[in-house]
Amino acid sequence: MEKIPALELKNISKKFGSKYANKGIDLKVYKGEILSILGENGSGKTTMLNMISGIYFPDEGQIYINGDAVTIASPNDAFRYRIGMIHQHFKLVDVFTATENIILGTEDEGKYDLKKYSKKVKEIADAYGFEIDPDKKIYEMSVSEKQTVEIIKVLYRGADILMLDEPTAVLTPQETRKLFDVLRRMKADGKAIIIITHKLHEVLDVSDKVAVLRKGAYIGTVNTPETNESQLTEMMVGQKVVLNIDRDDPVDPKDRLIVAHLNCFNHEGTKVLDDVTFTAKSGEILGIAGIAGSGQRELLETIAGLQPMVTGGVQYIDPATGKVEFLRDKTPQEIREMGIRLSFVPEDRLGMGLVGNMGTTDNMLLRSYLKGKGVFLQKEESRNLAEKVIRELDVVTPDAEFPVRRLSGGNVQKVLVGREIAAAPTVFMAAYPVRGLDINSSYVIYHLLNEQKKNGAAVIFVGEDLDVLLALSDRIVVIGSGTVTGIVDARTTTKEEVGLLMTKEVRKNA
Amino acid sequence: MSLVMFLQRMVIQGIPLLFGSTGEIITEKSGHLNLGIPGIMYVGAIGGVIGAFMYETGVGPENMVPALAILIPFICSVAMSLCMGLIYCFLTVTLRANQNVTGLALTTFGVGVGNFFGGSLIKLSSADVPSIALSATSNYFKTALPFADKLGAVGQVLFSYSFLAYAAIIIALVASYMLKKTRVGLHLRAVGESPATADAAGINVTRYKYVATCVGSIIAGLGGLYYIMDYACGVWSNNGFGDRGWLSVALVIFSTWKPDVAILGSMLFGALLIIQNYIPNLTMSAQELIKMTPYLVTIIVLVIVSARNKRENQPPAGLGLPYFREER
Amino acid sequence: MHKEPLFHIVKRPAIEWYKSWAIRVLAVILALILAGIVTLALTGLNPLKVYATMVDGAVGTTRRCWALAQKTAMLLCIALALTPAFRMRFWNTGAEGQVLAGGMAAAAVMLKCGDLVPNWLLFILMFLSAIVAGAIWGVIPAFFKAKWGTNETLFTLMMNYIAIQIVGFFVLEWSVPKGSGQIGIINQNSQAGWIPPLFGQAYLINIILVALITVFVYVYIRYTKHGYEIDVVGESERTARYIGIDVKKVIIRTMILSGAICGITGFLLVAGSDHTITKDTAGGNGFTAIMVCWLAKFNPVWMILTSLLICFLQKGAGEIATMFQLNLSFADIITGIIIFFIVGSEFFINYRIIWRKKEKEDRK
Repeated sequence: MEKIPALELKNISKKFGSKYANKGIDLKVYKGEILSILGENGSGKTTMLNMISGIYFPDEGQIYINGDAVTIASPNDAFRYRIGMIHQHFKLVDVFTATENIILGTEDEGKYDLKKYSKKVKEIADAYGFEIDPDKKIYEMSVSEKQTVEIIKVLYRGADILMLDEPTAVLTPQETRKLFDVLRRMKADGKAIIIITHKLHEVLDVSDKVAVLRKGAYIGTVNTPETNESQLTEMMVGQKVVLNIDRDDPVDPKDRLIVAHLNCFNHEGTKVLDDVTFTAKSGEILGIAGIAGSGQRELLETIAGLQPMVTGGVQYIDPATGKVEFLRDKTPQEIREMGIRLSFVPEDRLGMGLVGNMGTTDNMLLRSYLKGKGVFLQKEESRNLAEKVIRELDVVTPDAEFPVRRLSGGNVQKVLVGREIAAAPTVFMAAYPVRGLDINSSYVIYHLLNEQKKNGAAVIFVGEDLDVLLALSDRIVVIGSGTVTGIVDARTTTKEEVGLLMTKEVRKNA
Repeated sequence: MSLVMFLQRMVIQGIPLLFGSTGEIITEKSGHLNLGIPGIMYVGAIGGVIGAFMYETGVGPENMVPALAILIPFICSVAMSLCMGLIYCFLTVTLRANQNVTGLALTTFGVGVGNFFGGSLIKLSSADVPSIALSATSNYFKTALPFADKLGAVGQVLFSYSFLAYAAIIIALVASYMLKKTRVGLHLRAVGESPATADAAGINVTRYKYVATCVGSIIAGLGGLYYIMDYACGVWSNNGFGDRGWLSVALVIFSTWKPDVAILGSMLFGALLIIQNYIPNLTMSAQELIKMTPYLVTIIVLVIVSARNKRENQPPAGLGLPYFREER
Repeated sequence: MHKEPLFHIVKRPAIEWYKSWAIRVLAVILALILAGIVTLALTGLNPLKVYATMVDGAVGTTRRCWALAQKTAMLLCIALALTPAFRMRFWNTGAEGQVLAGGMAAAAVMLKCGDLVPNWLLFILMFLSAIVAGAIWGVIPAFFKAKWGTNETLFTLMMNYIAIQIVGFFVLEWSVPKGSGQIGIINQNSQAGWIPPLFGQAYLINIILVALITVFVYVYIRYTKHGYEIDVVGESERTARYIGIDVKKVIIRTMILSGAICGITGFLLVAGSDHTITKDTAGGNGFTAIMVCWLAKFNPVWMILTSLLICFLQKGAGEIATMFQLNLSFADIITGIIIFFIVGSEFFINYRIIWRKKEKEDRK
């Protein structure tokens, strides 16, 4: 007798605008099984889970639960089919306690009694070895505590099918191990588990089967014991990656930016940068590697003057005069007025680097609108720059006034990078500049970074793909939990070495 | 000018505001800033007037049945406030229209409806003064507890009001209990704080928003009904309701979105509305300045709350923002 | 058993401009039809006749045309004042109070200095005091918004009533004759501080000034560095910080401007048409202007049309009311209905409804 899958997707498609986020997805997961969904950023993993959990509604296709065709039009429907989802961005009400969040949306017979629920929450937590204070407010919690709440929320509802969207991205290695123990325990309970991740070693570690998505399309499913990293990588990226990125030797590298003993706290008061020290040199690309959320964003934002530094400092050495300038407590405006051409391509392109509802021309103005005397804008220069960027970087847009929000990801990034390099920067920082970009656009960006290097800028490149980091950078600074765990020569190091440094246990001085 | 009189008048002034703010709190807890509340209260008032006018002139003051005399205006008032609530919901929840614009248009519309029908009825009643007096109906509404007189000063202060006044306090207490201690309240607060979270948790966000806004509108409308039947003794005159609707909105902020605090706040606001009559040698112009104290106090509370930044006292995080599930 | 829902809603990627205007025009037509039905139900009059009366009431005579133009100019001026604030996503609901503050200041100067200084100086003093008063009324909420993020919608709303009561205070304090409860026409005999008629038209200078303000606001938001900063702050505060814009400064500066233009409106109302000050000088236009500004999508040029539309409706409906012995509030009802429809129509511009597919049902 053939086993019936707990959950099956047949030919599921979903479009956003004119673009397919998911196209023809087929998927099966059985009880007592952990299925990993593997795919690069933007391959449609989250969209797929969102359709299963009723957040989005598929445009085409059919979902089956235990063999029955079902319609999941809302999260409520999903709960009815005992599907639980743990989102990457936590869906918690900040001003509620853990218990209040956990029981949210549930119904039960009898009196509404928070004490009773707290006790039940505690029981579940104890059973799986979680540590949690049921009466703590969410806004007082750390990230991993919040995730614990999310997981207990799903367990509380007695879900049979659990979906976790990149649960390990924000966890320390120990926390990840703990999470995987919980997952195995749930699997032993006969639950079907779907986990999204793009870390291969985790996939091999925890799952029974791996399904691979690429650019919204379903590529295939393999049994974990029968596969290996290179096969999975190949399925994920298409053909074997032979990165053909040029790398010239740095010409006359000189110290340009000296970052010394930098400490920084985030809004919640947790230390996100811990005594970070490194030097960026002219004419070289300095790669920054690390697990997502290890402090990369804060590092760049601190240098750019967007976040206050608690202690430590940043020194800039003027290439023309050799004069040393201190960037501590300077706003972006002040840095610009000091004559320092520091360009920064932030991670959040439309939310920070650009204004989505403005056209290319007006976005070019962001850096230069104060130029010229008087109260009026001098648009001419920006218009020319916009035309130039569109022409030289092959930005696909109807015209320079077309809102950049409606451009595709690659074109958005070209506009942003095009603007940032236009100032002929002496320091060029880019955070995840190729995230979500297709291969062609990515190469355009690599080329532009190399060009900046050739022009003598100190390029700081925060990346997530180790292959790219190794192929493009001259040196790599590895960051783990806000501290520098190692600085390596990109020409001689190996992926394994960097990977180890990324997850290296670091001394914790609280 | 005894203290008892002062307290009684304070309560009578405060009750319409309490209705209005309780209604608005429930609405805002679902994430909808309904600036149409003044209009809704107006419509609630005129609804009562229309019902009472039809019944009173229909059967004549002598032949009125007490139960019907209360029930007919009551139902008319509730029905008309509900319609206003539905207009607001349909536009802001279903069609995701801008809440501020919709609310202000609703106030324009509501005040228009109130004054239009009020004016028409005044013409129908062909009275000499520009107002309608529905004293018979008002008398039924104002029936106080029978034993109030016998209990002396305490009885006068506590028990001399009509049933709607007690209803206001009970509704506020129930709303407070509902928000704090029940599952429905938890869900409602979640909808207002973070509709995406509530949605993901399987709460029917649209239904909660609709029900909260409509129930809120009905409650606010009762404030209008109370004003006309009790405070104004059944006398409608155009624009007589004044800025009580906006005071109700102010009271919501003053009470930091807590209906139980709003009970005390409404008494304070009520006191501020009449205190000028109790301060000796006050010029007419100085009275005008005293009338602005509720707003001034509200602003101070608003500023203090934002400066202290205590999470529990903030407006619902989703206030004023439309929710669309597939937003990307 | 479980069917696909009857329809679901998706966001439109983009819509052609003519389609979006077709939807809006359709909304107005539907609103007029509904308003006609309401009129018919309430009054039993022939709606077509009623609409004819309406047009006649609004533009039937030269005098009515001028009155309409004046009313439109005042409403437009307030909407223009709101424009920079709204583009910054600062929901200034306090125009009513800012206008009153400006009007009060102008009236005070007119009253107290009318006999002391030459007329040209009086105008300058009135104008400047109105600007300062309006700006102060606007900047107070902005300061707290910048400092602590105090909710500006509620703060500005409350400021309206403080302004109203302050006007109430002064009206009683300075009432002529004492105890009458109103200031009455200021400088009735000398006409000091009255904006004089131009080419025999009392309101022409008002209208010209508002036209100049329209151009100013249009240029300010479109072609100046300040206007650009406002747009960036409104679209994304994070981008503004990234680029080094001092967000707090922009908020405060913009609200000073917004309040100042409201103050000018107050000046125009006092010096240019009313020649007195009452609690009703702004007459709810501070609120109506919010709708006017929003309906025009914060674009000063469209705003001329939307303010004209609203004033046309109000004047027209006012005429209906007089003509058929209804009450003037009839205008508010009609205005409300039209705004409901236009506001609602935006949904069909931004979203698309996908109905359940037919073939799916056939398969079952």
